[in-house]
Amino acid sequence: MAADKVDPIHQFHIVKLIPINIGGYDLSFTNSALFMVATVAVASAFLYLTTSSRSLIPTRLQSVSEMAYEFVGNMLRDAAGTQGMKFFPFVFSLFMFVLVANLLGLFPYFFTVTSHIIVTFGLAALVIGTVVVYGFMKHGLGFLKLFVPHGVPVYLLPLVVLIEVISFVSRPVSLSVRLFANMLAGHITLKVFSGFVVSLSALGAVGVAGSILPLAMAVALTALELLVAFLQAYVFAVLTCMYLNDALHPGH
Amino acid sequence: MFVTSAFAEEAAPAVEGGPTGTEGDTHSSTGVPAEAHGVFPPFDPATFPSQLLWLAITFGLFYLFLKRVVMPRVGGIIDVRNDRITQDLDHAARLKGEADAAVAAYEQELAEAKTRANTIGQQANDAAKAEAETARKKIEAALDQKLGEAEARIASIKANAMKEVGTIAEDTASAIVEALVGGKASKAEIAAAVKSVAR
Repeated sequence: MAADKVDPIHQFHIVKLIPINIGGYDLSFTNSALFMVATVAVASAFLYLTTSSRSLIPTRLQSVSEMAYEFVGNMLRDAAGTQGMKFFPFVFSLFMFVLVANLLGLFPYFFTVTSHIIVTFGLAALVIGTVVVYGFMKHGLGFLKLFVPHGVPVYLLPLVVLIEVISFVSRPVSLSVRLFANMLAGHITLKVFSGFVVSLSALGAVGVAGSILPLAMAVALTALELLVAFLQAYVFAVLTCMYLNDALHPGH
Repeated sequence: MFVTSAFAEEAAPAVEGGPTGTEGDTHSSTGVPAEAHGVFPPFDPATFPSQLLWLAITFGLFYLFLKRVVMPRVGGIIDVRNDRITQDLDHAARLKGEADAAVAAYEQELAEAKTRANTIGQQANDAAKAEAETARKKIEAALDQKLGEAEARIASIKANAMKEVGTIAEDTASAIVEALVGGKASKAEIAAAVKSVAR
């Protein structure tokens, strides 16, 4: 058990809580699913309860909800214009989901939903899927103009188009890996330093004295992770806005 | 609408990329966590279908809840507030306009009152002057009249006095003549003599 505590990877293990197996696929309700539910519940409850009084003069918590709403709204309007506002609910739920999942993950013994590549990839695929589907729906084949920038000499065009295609294809990868890697690395670092505290404290008085430094580091890292948790949610939402802008205005 | 298609897109790999059922079975039956496989947990494909499914369920519900309930509400709150602010600003502007109008009316009234006061003052001044003038004239006239009367009286007194001076002179002259000459001079002669002297 002591080894488990120091093992920085242990926190990422998926544990089945309610095994479900349908058609040969393992669809169990796991701790990951539990924390997805928790994320959604916490975010929904916060947004719902803080705005329930609909005060003209907002309370502190209500203004937090309003700030989040206007923050994402302005972000989307700046990136994709007024036309982009039809994606506001989508971007807002993405931002809130990632933010709350990241923040919940900071609690000790809590599972971090966004530290699993498949979750972040699922969200990124949803974004890119929306971009592609909406882009073709709205512009038809004109959406492919996205890959043909203006003012490029004809002899360079094949190369440029190739680069643009590669850059587009790598978007879901970069979008998902950025969030996943940040959360994973942060939590491993946090766990390693906390592990130092535990193992050093077991060595007696000298060890306890020596564990002060990693403890201070763990505290500082927690603050940093708090920043990263917000920042990554912001980055995810901003990039989503920019990609949606491509779907709305593919002609650069 | 686009969400459903996007969800389909997301759900597709969940179905295709899923692991074989046996792997999942060993998981649940042994109850050993994934570390037994020696796979780094975030990269363990055995957990992918379940995570994707639950992500789709939870995120889908979250999206619907935000879109249907939360965002109309928050947007409504903000709109109501903005409306209220605009309304209040309009109200304030209207009140300011009214206040300005009141100030202008007051100043106009003040100016009118001032001119009115000036005219009233002027009129009073003129009236007082005229009154004083008539009073002065009346007094002057009365004084002139009295002066005239006095002069007339003086003149009559003087005339009487002069008349009596004649008789006195005649009497005196006749007495003097009597005393000096011893004869009696006729009255008429004396009167003529006095008259010629007095002339």
